[in-house]
Amino acid sequence: MAYTPAMLESIARVEASRPARLSATFPRMTPQERDEVLRRFHPDYIADATRAIRLGSCKGDRTPLELAEVLEAPPQLDPETFTLQDSELKADVLIVGGGGAGAAAALLAVQGGASVLLATKLRFGDANTMMAQGGIQAADQPSDSPVTHYLDVMGGGHFSNDPDLVEALVTDAPSVIQWLEQLGVMFDKHPDGSMNTIHGGGTSRKRMHSARDYSGAEIMRVLRDEVRSHPESIRVLEFSPAVELLTDGQGRVTGAVLLDLETREYKVVSARAVILTTGGGGRLHYQGFPTTNHYGATADGIVLAYRVGGKLAFLHTMQYHPTGVAYPEQIVGQLVTEKVRGLGAQVCNIHGEQFVFPLETRDVEAASFIRECQDRKTGVETPTGQPGVWLDSPMINLIHGPGTIEKELPAMVRQFRGFDIDIVRQPMLVYPTLHYQNGGIRIRPDGSTGVDGLFVAGEAAGGIHGSNRLMGNSLLDITVFGRRAGTAAAAHALEQQPGALTLEHLRAWNRERAELGLTGGRPAPILLPDYTRHIRAVRKEPLVPVG
Amino acid sequence: MDVDTIPVFVMGQRVEVPPTLTILRALEYAGYTLTRGVGCRAGFCGACATVYRLKGDPHLYFALACQTVVRPEMYLAQIPFFPSRRADYRIEDLAAVPATLFTLYPELLRCLACGTCSKACPQGIDVRSYMAAAMRGDLAAVADASFDCIACGLCSARCPVEETQYNVALLARRLYGRYLARRSEHLAERVREIEAGAFHQGLAELRALDEAGLTSRYNARDIEA
Repeated sequence: MAYTPAMLESIARVEASRPARLSATFPRMTPQERDEVLRRFHPDYIADATRAIRLGSCKGDRTPLELAEVLEAPPQLDPETFTLQDSELKADVLIVGGGGAGAAAALLAVQGGASVLLATKLRFGDANTMMAQGGIQAADQPSDSPVTHYLDVMGGGHFSNDPDLVEALVTDAPSVIQWLEQLGVMFDKHPDGSMNTIHGGGTSRKRMHSARDYSGAEIMRVLRDEVRSHPESIRVLEFSPAVELLTDGQGRVTGAVLLDLETREYKVVSARAVILTTGGGGRLHYQGFPTTNHYGATADGIVLAYRVGGKLAFLHTMQYHPTGVAYPEQIVGQLVTEKVRGLGAQVCNIHGEQFVFPLETRDVEAASFIRECQDRKTGVETPTGQPGVWLDSPMINLIHGPGTIEKELPAMVRQFRGFDIDIVRQPMLVYPTLHYQNGGIRIRPDGSTGVDGLFVAGEAAGGIHGSNRLMGNSLLDITVFGRRAGTAAAAHALEQQPGALTLEHLRAWNRERAELGLTGGRPAPILLPDYTRHIRAVRKEPLVPVG
Repeated sequence: MDVDTIPVFVMGQRVEVPPTLTILRALEYAGYTLTRGVGCRAGFCGACATVYRLKGDPHLYFALACQTVVRPEMYLAQIPFFPSRRADYRIEDLAAVPATLFTLYPELLRCLACGTCSKACPQGIDVRSYMAAAMRGDLAAVADASFDCIACGLCSARCPVEETQYNVALLARRLYGRYLARRSEHLAERVREIEAGAFHQGLAELRALDEAGLTSRYNARDIEA
């Protein structure tokens, strides 16, 4: 899997230009240049890749075709025949989703006096949180402030973000870092204890905190261990995704139906409040892109919340991470952390020339890579026809001293070494990959949704990042809003009696579908992508990388 | 176009798969819809711990199915779940002293230093060495050396004296992060400033601007070198 001779020839040009590049980084774009490259090359701007949704509370909103299909899909349960026998599972707060937002919500709900049932599709901690490498933003350095962080977030999101949510995000950020520090998260620090922070794309201050390049994994394993320290008040159900929410028939959410993936039995849960922390939908492979996302990222929470009246926000925009792996083919689409560019690595085309400032916001950076390959034809092509550009990782040790790459990016070094590529000496070939759902279910700063009893946090929530999220604001968002939703849901739950358990909302949903002439279709939430069938369908063709 | 294939054995069954696939994709190609033994598909979650042999070779090999390419005549088995013990504790009730590890994980002192754990680790971590540091009570060394652990459990599955190495390491890291790493003074100061309302006015000023005003502030902001 080492580089081919043609690729090595191009790498020689990258090496030849390196000494000059070390002292001359490509300039930032003007606002006009940013707008132009987005309009012409960002996948969000391809009009026929999205369509209007035909039913529900946000009828007429546009989303990618693949998301529209699951949003309009028939439910898995038939309200006419499904029996809602007395539920054996009861909790004050039901949390659906076992990633960082779910774990943070569980801990704060318990602090608020609630009992918690945390149901998750696969294992507890199998989530995009675990895969986040680069870091978490918080304006805690003396040269920084939450006000500056606010401006960066709003600008990164093209000023479309919900200001209340952004204010909550930046104001809670330092206290969230302190909370994680006290739980035992090992942030990268200087010997005096001060945080070792760097830039991310679109930041005006160095506020990216990291834990080597296992930042999300470190946060997730600590939060998971902390949840496991509270067995008396938090029960965790693994391999049990939710397939439907339950309401009292009057619009209040009162529980959910889970599917046990082992026994294929349904389990009915009665809860006084429900928090959805189900993450994003990269495994729907919008526009055929490979994805960095976890196997279970199939937009389940969006589907469930929408059927009970949750409002959608910014689901026409998706984040394509500029640096997905383009070679070797076995790991195409997997993440190369933005920390590589944060540490000084530049981006080059086939001739070894820079063509973009390395730390533009992710949407602009990704669009520039696509322009370089599709329009200017100066990308590198792999033997399978995958385009890519060079990310010049060896620069990092030249800038910061020998050993920096090995110390700061051990996961990246290990991953490429497994395929005979040494990123300390050789650049990586990268191309945009589907990474993040910028929008989601619209929330208020306490995680509430406007649907009685329903809260949402993490990637499943929308409005915080507007139409483009900055690096390091997702690990921040899941902890800030996970905590807020946990607190608010506990308070809400303790004021409620358990409600009736019905599937009335599905009767209304099915009626609306019938009136529109929608029949059949694959039931949603889909729970897992079907790669088995996908491969069979193309068995005689080159395999499509799915990550 | 025909795809070249190689034979591999999945839990004893022979299947033909393209030689470019990872073990995980090969299982899916062979018809398995996975729920166990699959997770992030990117080498970070530890769900896809795999044991394999090669034909004619007595050795057992260990890998993550999502990061390893198939080879001809590979005999594959995944470890979908391995029971292990996590000690009961609350981190705030503990002290960062050597005795904490021995008390919560008394089996730690049974370690034979045989190194089977290190051989099994798909991350290439020298597990034996950090277990030795754990027996010495050197929490900082355990925390540092075990940092890249993804808790796949292969070390524990192979251990002849039934250690749960990855849980010992997790505890050591949390003790280090909470009690031994120096606290960040600028962080504590910033939290105090926020609680005192120091940024209310600055945020209110930005929020009062219309989009044009906010855009011009954004485009004019100074960027730290």
